[in-house]
Amino acid sequence: MKKYIAVVDFGMGNLLSASKALDSAGGNAIVTDSRKIIEGASAVVLPGVGAFSDAMKNLNNLRLVEPLRKAAASGKPFLGICIGLQLLYTKSEENGAWDGLDIIPGTVVRFPKRKGLKVPQIGWNNVYRTKPCALFKGVKDGSFFYFVHSYYGIPEKRIDIAATTEYGVKFASSVCRDNVLGVQFHPEKSQKAGLTILSNFVKMVKQ
Amino acid sequence: MLAKRIIPCLDVKDGQVVKGIKFLELQKAGDPVESAAEYDRQGGDELVFLDITASHEKRKIMIDVVRRTASTIFIPLTVGGGIKTVGDIRALLNAGADKVSINTAAIENPDIIRESSELFGSQCIVTAIDAKKVSSNKWEIFTHGGRNRTGLDAVKWAKKTVKLGSGEILLTSMDADGTKNGYDIELTKAISEAVNVPVIASGGAGNVEHMYEVLTKGKADAVLAASIFHYKEYTVKKVKQELRKLGVNVRI
Repeated sequence: MKKYIAVVDFGMGNLLSASKALDSAGGNAIVTDSRKIIEGASAVVLPGVGAFSDAMKNLNNLRLVEPLRKAAASGKPFLGICIGLQLLYTKSEENGAWDGLDIIPGTVVRFPKRKGLKVPQIGWNNVYRTKPCALFKGVKDGSFFYFVHSYYGIPEKRIDIAATTEYGVKFASSVCRDNVLGVQFHPEKSQKAGLTILSNFVKMVKQ
Repeated sequence: MLAKRIIPCLDVKDGQVVKGIKFLELQKAGDPVESAAEYDRQGGDELVFLDITASHEKRKIMIDVVRRTASTIFIPLTVGGGIKTVGDIRALLNAGADKVSINTAAIENPDIIRESSELFGSQCIVTAIDAKKVSSNKWEIFTHGGRNRTGLDAVKWAKKTVKLGSGEILLTSMDADGTKNGYDIELTKAISEAVNVPVIASGGAGNVEHMYEVLTKGKADAVLAASIFHYKEYTVKKVKQELRKLGVNVRI
């Protein structure tokens, strides 16, 4: 069977753009909530928007927690986007305390409550690399990407951070830990720079 | 640093762009997808489709337009106009819209903001507010193109919509809209300071100076404009270059 990228559909928003953007970057995306299809994929993308608690509940209901942890441990290219990145961490402080997939040690916290700092952060912000990561190949350092979020993750190990962005605080806008990658922004909504990121991910699948 | 957003808006009726048919070089000049692609090339930060289709049956055309746009253009897309129910919102989001903008329905039934933001997340629920000045530093909400006065105070209403779950406010000054004399700076500032979510200023853009004023003095997070782009007085790129010269952080 032809190699494909499983785009995990766990009820957190529409995944049309993410799958179409992967296709247009040269990938072969299949939107799915099936464990079997995720197991058979060459790579996994965990996208989505919304609340952490809802996302974890949905993953649990669909019995996808273990298959996703396995996929990440298997060495397959694995990309978390927005809430998909936040889910990779150990836990989140959104609406209480929630356990995440615990693939990357770290905690998800809210932007500080401060006058003049509008939350959610909505719009295009600069992403500065902190270490080399194949995801950013051919992307000019400091390029703008599209963000929509109220929470962000703090990795326990600085070495996991691939890029940072400033919004009231300096936060990890991308992580890179072997085959596990994550971006807080939406590459599927970030025009050319975003498509370059996805095309780099697709290249990892082909290698 | 978070950039100020420049958002072109297209009025769409029965699946065709009604203003903005001046992109004569495009093969299908009235096709919203083609116009959206042109704004994408020019560097628009997001796009807004305002559906002004009158007949209920023909509103389904918009779903197809949204699906085609979201499959080909990779910047955020907001759809507004005529949204009445949570079902309408779901259909547009499923077709690939990133956000929906709710106007009259929110005034008639504020609960739609709470319900839809709980279901789909605040980030995709934009409340559109059409305000008119009624006295010094006091604005009221109007519906039906400014004909119906609601008695709602604009600042109070804006705060309420955010409390209900609105993730963004699209603020139109009914006094400034269509004048090309500039945005209502005082109104925009009053709303932007009253809420902790981004405010998109709309109505009155005639030149770059107007945008500069509302993004700085008016404290807007983004500007929406229609005719200034449609009639090719400016491209989005040109607007951004001029704003940058004035010291505004924009994405180029």
